[in-house]
Amino acid sequence: MSAVLAVLEQRGDALRKVSYEVVTAAKRLGGTIEAVVCATGGGGAVQGAEQLGKFGADKVVTLTNPSFARYDPEGSAQALADRVRQGGYQAVVFAASATGKDLAPRVAAKLGVALVADITELAAEGGAIVATRPVYAGKALQKVKVRAQPAVLSVRPSVFTPVERPKAGAAETIAVAISPSRVVVREVKAAPEGTLDVAEAQVIISGGRGLKEPANFKVLEDLARAFGGRAAVGASRAVVDAGWRAHADQVGQTGKTVSPSLYIAVGISGAIQHLAGMRTSKVIVAINKDKDAPIFKVADYGVVGDLFEIVPKLADEIRKLHG
Amino acid sequence: MKIVCCIKRVPDSETRVKIAADGKSLDESSVKFVMNPYDEFAVEEALRRKEKAGAGEVVVISVGPAAAQETIRTALAMGADRGILLQADSIPADPYETAKLIAAELNPGTWDLILFGRMAIDDYNHQVGVIVAELLGLPCVTAISHLDLEGAKGVAEREIEGGIEVVEFTLPAVLTIDKGLNEPRYPALKGIMAAKKKPLDVKPVQAGPGGVEVAALTPPPDRKEGKIVGEGVGAVGELVRLLREEAKVL
Repeated sequence: MSAVLAVLEQRGDALRKVSYEVVTAAKRLGGTIEAVVCATGGGGAVQGAEQLGKFGADKVVTLTNPSFARYDPEGSAQALADRVRQGGYQAVVFAASATGKDLAPRVAAKLGVALVADITELAAEGGAIVATRPVYAGKALQKVKVRAQPAVLSVRPSVFTPVERPKAGAAETIAVAISPSRVVVREVKAAPEGTLDVAEAQVIISGGRGLKEPANFKVLEDLARAFGGRAAVGASRAVVDAGWRAHADQVGQTGKTVSPSLYIAVGISGAIQHLAGMRTSKVIVAINKDKDAPIFKVADYGVVGDLFEIVPKLADEIRKLHG
Repeated sequence: MKIVCCIKRVPDSETRVKIAADGKSLDESSVKFVMNPYDEFAVEEALRRKEKAGAGEVVVISVGPAAAQETIRTALAMGADRGILLQADSIPADPYETAKLIAAELNPGTWDLILFGRMAIDDYNHQVGVIVAELLGLPCVTAISHLDLEGAKGVAEREIEGGIEVVEFTLPAVLTIDKGLNEPRYPALKGIMAAKKKPLDVKPVQAGPGGVEVAALTPPPDRKEGKIVGEGVGAVGELVRLLREEAKVL
């Protein structure tokens, strides 16, 4: 590879964690890495951008426009596509985050190519880019050769662990002109303080029908709190369809596919569509009263019994560790 | 309102995946196919918008094999007025090629809304709607879970990590729909009977070679055999010890 463009994400002029993963993934392709971020430029450099050299970026470019105060779908797509055309990059790497899922196909379309989405393995083999991506919600892995020029790629969050390298990168700021957007983000309603998205949490505690009623999720929320801000509460499709929990919390084939360090399935029998969404978790714990539940087949550690006794005890033990 | 819904025939989410002999595709024998669940939300939304407007047309369009006629008939049974199948032996591995086929069929001046599911649950590509919008020069909002329309203006909400984006846009537009926007109806018997007589155009299409080539389809690596730590509250101490010392995640 000669040159690879890594597209960063910021919110409130601070780089999002997934940006380091994008640079790390881009580095797998070899060649020089230019990292690019869209920002207003009003608040100076985007916080965290100075760290990127350590993760492999040879240069960080900030494309500035007043319209980049919030995510500007059309404006940032235009600015990035222009940058790609001018820079002659062989590959462009995005995060398959909520924003990346919106932005990457827009840029790809402007460049007249498809996006190779949600990649979990990436390499350059004899000059060709080879990517592996989970399909059928992770029930199979599809390996693709990308012939499109440039290759536009997005990488699944929490997969490419950032690796530090002792190296400094250059920085550049460029003001860009864009057309007025027809699609405008008017506001962002933030989730309540302290709520972590299941797609980004290191620890997920998911509940299913075994919780018996919506109010009982408080035992899972209490366990999540014991992890001190690292844990999110997830849910099975059954309880989301029953209206107990929001769709944003659903793990599985019609919800989110997650890869946390620790996944604790509580009162979840383990339907195949749920297993598909969480089987790439590093460690899986299952707590269920039915010892024959399919969830125990994918769990590293299982505890059979009454979740209403086991979960509070587990929360106590975790609190002791962190206390 | 004139609305077109782009839908896809996909393996049911309970499908156990078997790899075909070519090592690159799904063994479709004994696979049950359904309408992509996210597309059901798109069809439902189209029907509600037409019902609210009191006039208009809901057209469903799909790229796929002859058997995708069945998927289109399901949408017709829900209440869509007519269907178009862009019949191809297989769906291109390159979503840009799929988008080109759809865009070529849609006359941009005709539609108030072009709706897609936010992604298909088989290939997880989440992009055909966006590319169609780009090819037709229309604004696009993706993964929406709330929608207000007034005249030629719309406001949608889409989930992002840790919040909700409120997005304004102008019509005509391409929207991709997330779960939560509505509750899709089940086709009633009357609808199923009526669907048999609704028009369904079948047009053979040929997709271009595209820039993405599938080299292999493999099962995911097996997870190491796990263990039952014990029963009841007495097992918690040992579980915590294993998570700390063996798995090293605490």
